[in-house]
Amino acid sequence: MSPGIQLRLTILKTALAERMAYRGDFALGTLMRFLPLITQIFLWWAIFQSIDASGSGEGSINGYSFRDMVAYYLLTTIGRAFSSMPGLSSYVATRIRDGEIKKFLVQPVDFLSFLFWSRVAHKLAYYTVAILPFALVFFLCRDFFSDLSIAPSSWIIFLLSLPLSFALGFYLETCLGLVGFWMLEVSSLLFVYMLFQFFLSGHMFPLDILPQPWGDIVGYLPIKYLAYFPAAVLLGKVTGTKLLFDFGMLVFWVVFFFGLSRILYACGLRRYSGYGG
Amino acid sequence: MSIIQIKNLAKSYRVYQKKEGLREAFRGLFRREYKTVEAVKNVNLTVERGEFVAFLGPNGAGKTTTLKLLSGVIYPTSGVATVMGFTPWERSLEYRRRFALVMGQKNQLWWDLPAQESFRLNQKIYRLETEQFEATLDRLTSLLDVKRLLGRPVRELSLGERMKMELIAALLHDPEVLFLDEPTIGLDVIAQHKIQQFLKQYQEERGITILLTSHYMKDVAALCKRVVVIAEGSVQYDGSLAGIVDVFSKDKIVTLELEEGQSDAGLERFGTIETRNLPKVALRCERNRVSQILTQILNEYTIADVAVEDPPLEEVIAKLYTQVSRDQNTNNEGQS
Repeated sequence: MSPGIQLRLTILKTALAERMAYRGDFALGTLMRFLPLITQIFLWWAIFQSIDASGSGEGSINGYSFRDMVAYYLLTTIGRAFSSMPGLSSYVATRIRDGEIKKFLVQPVDFLSFLFWSRVAHKLAYYTVAILPFALVFFLCRDFFSDLSIAPSSWIIFLLSLPLSFALGFYLETCLGLVGFWMLEVSSLLFVYMLFQFFLSGHMFPLDILPQPWGDIVGYLPIKYLAYFPAAVLLGKVTGTKLLFDFGMLVFWVVFFFGLSRILYACGLRRYSGYGG
Repeated sequence: MSIIQIKNLAKSYRVYQKKEGLREAFRGLFRREYKTVEAVKNVNLTVERGEFVAFLGPNGAGKTTTLKLLSGVIYPTSGVATVMGFTPWERSLEYRRRFALVMGQKNQLWWDLPAQESFRLNQKIYRLETEQFEATLDRLTSLLDVKRLLGRPVRELSLGERMKMELIAALLHDPEVLFLDEPTIGLDVIAQHKIQQFLKQYQEERGITILLTSHYMKDVAALCKRVVVIAEGSVQYDGSLAGIVDVFSKDKIVTLELEEGQSDAGLERFGTIETRNLPKVALRCERNRVSQILTQILNEYTIADVAVEDPPLEEVIAKLYTQVSRDQNTNNEGQS
């Protein structure tokens, strides 16, 4: 094994061990994730009830029946389990602000790759704990998926988009954190980002129920890959050339934010070394 | 070639000049005034391989900034420096594998994990062979007597134990140059002493080059033959610790123990009375008049015991600091 790989594995192992030190916080966080899901399902249930009351039999909103809607939410939890990066931006900004980033300038180790592998560890630790409740919820809700037939191409793109959405979420939030080189306090910036992300990633509602031209505009943004895209692919909402194009865009955004994070880091260090320290 | 060479090194920061009050805070939103702070003005220094050098100076004198420059964490405004032939702020990986920086106020270990885990990570970061790593770790943990603490989470260690672990983490890769920024800050006397002992022994054995900043004279006296006093961003003194007193203090303290019944009246003629705790009186007098004064006193008074000493080092250095900053202020006023 090359020393580089060994180092990455050790970062992974150490970060994993660290995550295990906070078992309580962890278990609670995992369970809490399902709470908003339940409130959202009830909210849409009420909306669909009111549509049904005025109309006929099965109501639908832009092609989403109530069952589709629940299936959509359940699937976004999978996408978000990969793409969400709790605390990453503020972690990066804090390391810059309190000077702990110095450690990475003095030691022969790259800060961004260190962050990446620690985050992989966070995720792995999360999956080992979360897999049981996830399985349980999907088992209990299996009826919502019963009339779904998923094409093999959708499966493949879905499975590929999950690790890519992890990478996208990671580099995007790292970029936001690196703004800390220029701004002392990034929490307002993060707040604005979280707000946009909440609505425009598809976390709150399926993006294709948006009226035009908003639907198209949002369709070109990178954040739709954080929740909407994987779920929509599996539900058969994105097909054919659109599927390939969107997947290509996902790859593009990952490369883009990877490059941007490198540039921001290099420029930030120059600034940090020049002015601060 | 000297292992560390510093020529005309200068570093200035631009800091936002914040004024008092809400109105000024609002004005600051639109128009900011910046002020240039010269943290390091003009440092020239060469250090030979195997030297143990102490940086002394008041807070904000530029000691830590100099260490940061030499570690490559910050770029200088002007000037050059090389350490083992490398320019530090180029941050070549090769350079980073050959030195270490320990900051007494910063924690480099993983807080919630046993130190052992941090050490293993360092092994991979510095690409150390397992055998060599284990031998070094074994040697360092027995020297510092912390072997039994290796498995305990760092957050549960005392400050002194944590500092020892920090030192081990920094020394695992066998650095040739070590920068220590206040390694004993906040430690009790025993822990300070242990760390001093360790550093002394380690440095003598390995012959590595160490630059140390500290506020504790005891650290400096115990460890360093060479002392560099930095104040107001430049080197004010470079030499032995004892030499500081010779250069910067023109006084001696003469302590007299008077015989019973002997009055101390008239002693103030010879100098300033420092303490008067009869029958003991301590007199501060000019160094070049000491023998003359002593003869006179012995003639006029009956004395049980007498001691002549240098003023305490701390005091001399405190005086030196204030003198330097006063000179600096008058210079600045002269220029403007």
